[in-house]
Amino acid sequence: MRSRFLTPILAMLALCASAIGMSASASPADEAFAKLASDQFPQIEQGIVDLSAIGTPEAAGVLEALSETKLFYAPDKSLVIKKSEGQLTSPSGAALTEAPAGLKQVRINNRVRRALESALGSLTLISPDPAKRKAAAEAVFKARDPLALPLITQALARESDAGVKDTMLRARAAIVLASSTAPDLERINAVDVLAEKGDQDVLALFSTVKAMAPASVKQAIDTAINAIERRLALLSSVQNALYGLSLGSVLLLAAIGLAITFGVMGIINMAHGEMVMIGAYTTFMVQEVIRARYPALFDWSLLIALPLAFVTAGAVGLVLERSIIRFLYGRPLETLLATWGVSLMLQQAVRSLFGPTNREVGAPAFMSGSVDLFGLTITSGRLWIIVFSLVVFVVLSLVLRATSFGLKMRAVTQNRRMAAAMGIRTPWIDSLTFALGSGIAGIAGVALSQIDNVSPNLGQGYIIDSFMVVVFGGVGNLWGTLVAALTLGVANKFLEPLAGAVLGKIVVLVFIILFIQKRPRGLFALKGRAVEA
Amino acid sequence: MSRALYLRHDKLGMGFLMVLCALGVLVPVLNLALPVTSGWHVPTYAMSLMGKYVCYALLAVALDLVWGFCGILSLGHGAFFALGGYCMGMYLMRQIGTRGVYGNPLLPDFMVFLNWKELPLTWFGFSSFGYAMMMVIVVPGALAFVFGWFAFRSRVTGVYLSIITQAMTYAMMLAFFRNDMGFGGNNGLTDFKDILGFNIQAQGTRACLFIASVAALAGCYLLARFMVHSAYGKVLIAIRDAESRSRFLGYRVEHFKLLAFTVSASMAGLAGALYVPQIGIINPSEFAPGNSIEAVIWVAVGGRGTLVGAALGAVLVNFSKTWLTGAMPEVWLFALGALFIVVTLFLPKGIIGTASEMLKNRRDRQTSGQTEEARP
Repeated sequence: MRSRFLTPILAMLALCASAIGMSASASPADEAFAKLASDQFPQIEQGIVDLSAIGTPEAAGVLEALSETKLFYAPDKSLVIKKSEGQLTSPSGAALTEAPAGLKQVRINNRVRRALESALGSLTLISPDPAKRKAAAEAVFKARDPLALPLITQALARESDAGVKDTMLRARAAIVLASSTAPDLERINAVDVLAEKGDQDVLALFSTVKAMAPASVKQAIDTAINAIERRLALLSSVQNALYGLSLGSVLLLAAIGLAITFGVMGIINMAHGEMVMIGAYTTFMVQEVIRARYPALFDWSLLIALPLAFVTAGAVGLVLERSIIRFLYGRPLETLLATWGVSLMLQQAVRSLFGPTNREVGAPAFMSGSVDLFGLTITSGRLWIIVFSLVVFVVLSLVLRATSFGLKMRAVTQNRRMAAAMGIRTPWIDSLTFALGSGIAGIAGVALSQIDNVSPNLGQGYIIDSFMVVVFGGVGNLWGTLVAALTLGVANKFLEPLAGAVLGKIVVLVFIILFIQKRPRGLFALKGRAVEA
Repeated sequence: MSRALYLRHDKLGMGFLMVLCALGVLVPVLNLALPVTSGWHVPTYAMSLMGKYVCYALLAVALDLVWGFCGILSLGHGAFFALGGYCMGMYLMRQIGTRGVYGNPLLPDFMVFLNWKELPLTWFGFSSFGYAMMMVIVVPGALAFVFGWFAFRSRVTGVYLSIITQAMTYAMMLAFFRNDMGFGGNNGLTDFKDILGFNIQAQGTRACLFIASVAALAGCYLLARFMVHSAYGKVLIAIRDAESRSRFLGYRVEHFKLLAFTVSASMAGLAGALYVPQIGIINPSEFAPGNSIEAVIWVAVGGRGTLVGAALGAVLVNFSKTWLTGAMPEVWLFALGALFIVVTLFLPKGIIGTASEMLKNRRDRQTSGQTEEARP
């Protein structure tokens, strides 16, 4: 393997040496300059091609001047560049004290301009700015102009930046592979260089070259295509899985509060989505205050918003439970209607207070940008939401499992009368439980404000999905909610490329409807007497 | 046949039918026969508006049949309504013929726009009125039959059933929003010209549509009333009140529920079909889950399990909606939300239920007072 990589490098080194020798002798440059000093377009064009092959900074300077129509020639065929301040210099940059008599502008037509542009493009390969060099190398990779081969070889020898060098190597390999005159061995080596970081562009190149390549090259290309396709397929499924996890964690966030109010308490809270919306609007308010008064705190705005959103949504939930829901226990369908009414009123209240349009919620610095994972680019917002939803899940599970409030809550839901007999104030626990579920929804709103439009309709978009998640996961079971949310998220993302986003969603909905027929109590059903209650 | 089937003894039902008859005769006469300048003249737009209320009332009666008498809280009746509407809309689209913007004799405009070459199979036969009317009944009924077959057989009940019916209408909404479905996507079906060869905008056609809506409401009311007062209806009510017990008594609960659900869905489809020509458009937002829930509140306001109450509730709520959204648009959602809460908390039996209870109490008190006086 190693010798395969070494050979082209050695070959290139040899080429570079000869190229440097050429530019040192200086006479070809003068000859090319002389060709430019003419009024014959074909000759000018030839001069441009020659200059681009020479590729010295002087050559670049002359070509740039030509493209800006600032290049002139004297009757003795010496070139003069007119700087923008009116100063005159020779191609080597030496200032001229007086203008030679009989200066004529070097004229260009479309044909010349094309040659000029391509020459300038390849000449940026030796620009001092690495980003420009990289862009130029990518342009060469796309164009695969055989004329650029000596130039890129030359540039490769000078290149010090590893990243740019890599791009240049690939560009050179693309030219070699595409040229039918290069020896087969060299073309096979080029295939290897390209296959190493194969993407869609490389695949396209391979398939165009393959048709006209000799058998040995064809074989190498075929193996390389297979390898690249395998790798791309793997990458895309990893990407799908990650996107699915991120969608699943959004679902988890939206549904986990409902898993408490609906799953544990059995309250059909159609206003759950509006609790999420309240959390999002709390975030908006916090950011407004921070923007106006303490701009330095902006990066902390989400952290500040979290407890506030919890308290606000929780308080609304508490009021809702005390004033309406407690009169409707044991009448789930009526609860559904009443809470739907509440949700309409909350939506309209927010619409009256904040207006019907979307409100701007900014992202703090640590959430913007993206992370590069093994060739996958993932926005850090997505990663943070995955982390955040898992943290919420863990904290909530701990509250239910390890605190005295959680213990009382479970006691009340499992056997209300026995719990009351043990001295637990069951109505009070009901209120607090409902407030906890609402507060969690508010926290979800803080996170969702980062990925969704903060508008009065924010909650409406999540309510059906949340119910689906809780029902699919099994009522009264936080683990079921976790598994259901992540499963649905990943399934959605894997269906998307097959069926399109909307159809994928429909398929998932139909699947859940069918699933409920099969297992009416969800994935992780509670067993025992509680089921019938 | 029980005695309750005789309408003569049912003052409420008789009254309702008489009001319907009066509406069906008076409104078109006042609209067509009187000059526009007369104070008694009913404008055409008002007649169409009333026609819309009557369609909603029909939807409410259909919903009351399953919710009030069988305990199935369907949050997907809007889907059946919209499906019936789409069947009618497809017939009306085919009647446009060459008068569309693109003048294509075979394809509706949106298909020409999407560069389709031939009519999709789903549109087959919709140029015939009879076939379209059959589909108005059959399509929602078939969907309800299949859906109910699975749901009732696996004993999905109560809240779970409500949630999956809601998911069903939501999925249908997403599906109908897609252009590839071939039902006009986002824009739905609109720009109708004729129905059975008559101009759909003409006053006479509007009056006929109104009469048809009133007749359909009366007919469906009688059918629903017949169903719930028959022996079959007694079993339905038993299922509503104690499903497991009815099953243990040997009734095939799922068959009873399935029949009620399917008939109810077909009624909802009929309501949608009458609604579309009077409104002039059908689009996927009719499938929105919110619409179905709103229909539930009509029933709850009027009185669940009374049929007449459902129709009354639909008219009352929609009349106040028209009035409030015109007069104070920002108040409407507050009012509707408050209505949901107030009705569930304080009027669980609805207007008709509460009123008849009060009447009965007074009569009881009177009779008991008389007996006490008579005792010594």
